[in-house]
Amino acid sequence: MSPDQTTFHAALLDPESAVPEGLSGPDNHPAGRRFDVYRNNVAVSLTEALHTAFPTIARLLGKQNMDGLARLYLRAHPPQTPLMMHYGGAFPDFLAGMPQLAHLGYLPDIARLDLAMRRAYHAADAAPADLSDIAPETLLQSALSLAPAMQLIRSAWPIHAIWRFNTEEGAPKPEPGPEDVVILRPAYDPLPQRLPPGGAAFLQALVDGATVAAAHETACTETPGFDPGPVLALLIRGAAITGLANQD
Amino acid sequence: MLDTGHPTRLPAAPGVGFKPQHFAAITENPGAVRWIEIHAENYMGDGGRPLAQLRALAERFPVSVHGVGLSIGGEGPLDPDHLARLKHLVSWLDPASFSEHLAWSTHDSHFLNDLLPLPYTKDTLTRVAAHIDQVQDNVGRPMLLENPSSYLAFDDSTWSEPEFLAELSKRTDCGLLLDINNVFISATNLGFSPQGYIDAFPLDRVGEVHLGGHDEDHDDHGAPLLIDSHGRAVADPVWALLAYTLARSGPRPLLIEWDTDVPDWPVLEAEAARAAHALVPAG
Repeated sequence: MSPDQTTFHAALLDPESAVPEGLSGPDNHPAGRRFDVYRNNVAVSLTEALHTAFPTIARLLGKQNMDGLARLYLRAHPPQTPLMMHYGGAFPDFLAGMPQLAHLGYLPDIARLDLAMRRAYHAADAAPADLSDIAPETLLQSALSLAPAMQLIRSAWPIHAIWRFNTEEGAPKPEPGPEDVVILRPAYDPLPQRLPPGGAAFLQALVDGATVAAAHETACTETPGFDPGPVLALLIRGAAITGLANQD
Repeated sequence: MLDTGHPTRLPAAPGVGFKPQHFAAITENPGAVRWIEIHAENYMGDGGRPLAQLRALAERFPVSVHGVGLSIGGEGPLDPDHLARLKHLVSWLDPASFSEHLAWSTHDSHFLNDLLPLPYTKDTLTRVAAHIDQVQDNVGRPMLLENPSSYLAFDDSTWSEPEFLAELSKRTDCGLLLDINNVFISATNLGFSPQGYIDAFPLDRVGEVHLGGHDEDHDDHGAPLLIDSHGRAVADPVWALLAYTLARSGPRPLLIEWDTDVPDWPVLEAEAARAAHALVPAG
C-alpha cells in the first residue's frame, strides 16, 4: 500500500521518521533518500522564505543560526496559506520564546519591524491627499485617512538604530533606549523612520480615528509639550495622508 | 480556444519566468523574449511594486499565470479562499494562459511549498478531475495542467503518467503544460524512456512547454538522481528532447524557468534565444 497524504506529510516534516513504505525507485528498490529530496525541498524553500521575510534577523544572527532557527520554526509553524509573503507571522513570538536567545531581548521587536516592512511593501496603493489648500484650523478638526502601507511599531529597544546599523554602511552604533518607528511608503520602497517622543501615541490616536487636535491632546498626556508639526510633516513627505474627514 | 486542443493565447515563441530584478532590462530590450510567466501567488498582495510591475508588463507582453499553491492533487477539498484569489487575479489581468500542477502541496491546512507526488490510480484520477472541473468553473476559463518531476514512484500506481494526463485532459477539457525538463528528470530517476513518454503524450493538448535546469545527484544504490532545481542553464539532453518533441507537436510557446541562483538578464535572454532557434526547424 502506498502512503496517503497524512502519512506522507507527517514523514516530510519529521526528518527522524522512517520513509513511508510503498514508494520506490527503479528496480523496486525502496525510495530511501529519494524521499529526502522532498523533505529537503520543503525545508529549503521554507527556510529561504524566512530569510527573505526577516533580512535583519538573518544579518544579526548569521546564516547558520538563521537556518537552524528556521528549521525549528517551520516544523512548529508550517505555513497556513500558499502566500509565502504572509509566512512568518508567529516568528517574533517564537524568537521571544527561545531561552537561548533571551540575552538578545531586542530580537522579537526587530522581527516585528521586518514583518511590518513586508506588510508595507505589499499593502494597497493609496494616492496622497492634496493638503495645499487646507487651512490649519480645518486640519486640526479633521480625522485623517492614512495609507494602508503605514505601519507603527513601539519598542523598549533601539530598533531603528539596530535596523540602520545592519542595513546602512557606516551607520552609528546603536545606543540603549526605547525607539518608536513609523514605516512609510512614499512610492514602492518602505522606509522605517524614528518617531520623536509622543509621536507614536499621536499616530496611534490618529489610526484609532481621533482628530488631529484630539490626537495632539492624547500625545501631550504622555509627552507634555509634544509638537505634532514634525510628525505631520513626516506623514506628508511619506505620502501617508490619503484623505481628511472633517469632524464639524 | 478549446477547439484548438490547447487552451492558450500565448505565441509559439520563447518566454521567461519573470523575476523583479529583470524588470528594467526586459522593458528596455526583451531580445528574443516574447512573453512572460509569473507565479500567481507572488501577485496576490494588495498593492505595491509587484502589482505595479505586473500591470506595466501586461501592457507590453502576453502574460501566463502559473499557480504553484492550489494543491489540485490534494486529498482534501480545494481551498476556497485560494480559488477566490486566483479568480480575482485572472479576472483583472486577463492573462493569455492559466496553468497549475499535477501535484499536492497542502494537507491539513499546512502549505508545504513544494510540488508533491501522486499515485496514478482510479481514485486519484476521479479526485483530480473533480478539482480541475471546480477550478475551471470557478476561474471561468480552461486551464493547463503540468506534468511533475518525480524522484520516486508509488507502488499503487496503475497508470503511466502520460496516459493519466491524457485521461484527465479528456475528462475535463483542460489543456496540458509539458515540462520537458521534468520528463527528462523523471525518466532518468525512474528508468523509463523519455522519448517513449513523449510518444505516449497527447501533444495536441499541449498549450505550453517548460524548459529549465536540473542538478545531478544519486540515490542509495548509486543510480542517477536528477533534482529539479531551476538553478542553471537547460541541459543539452533536454534541448535534444525538446527538438524530438517539437518535431512531433509543431511549434509551441516555450518557457525558460530559472528560479534559483537567478542570472543577470543577458544570460536568461540567451537561453530564450536558444529556444527561439529550437522553434525554427519545427516551424
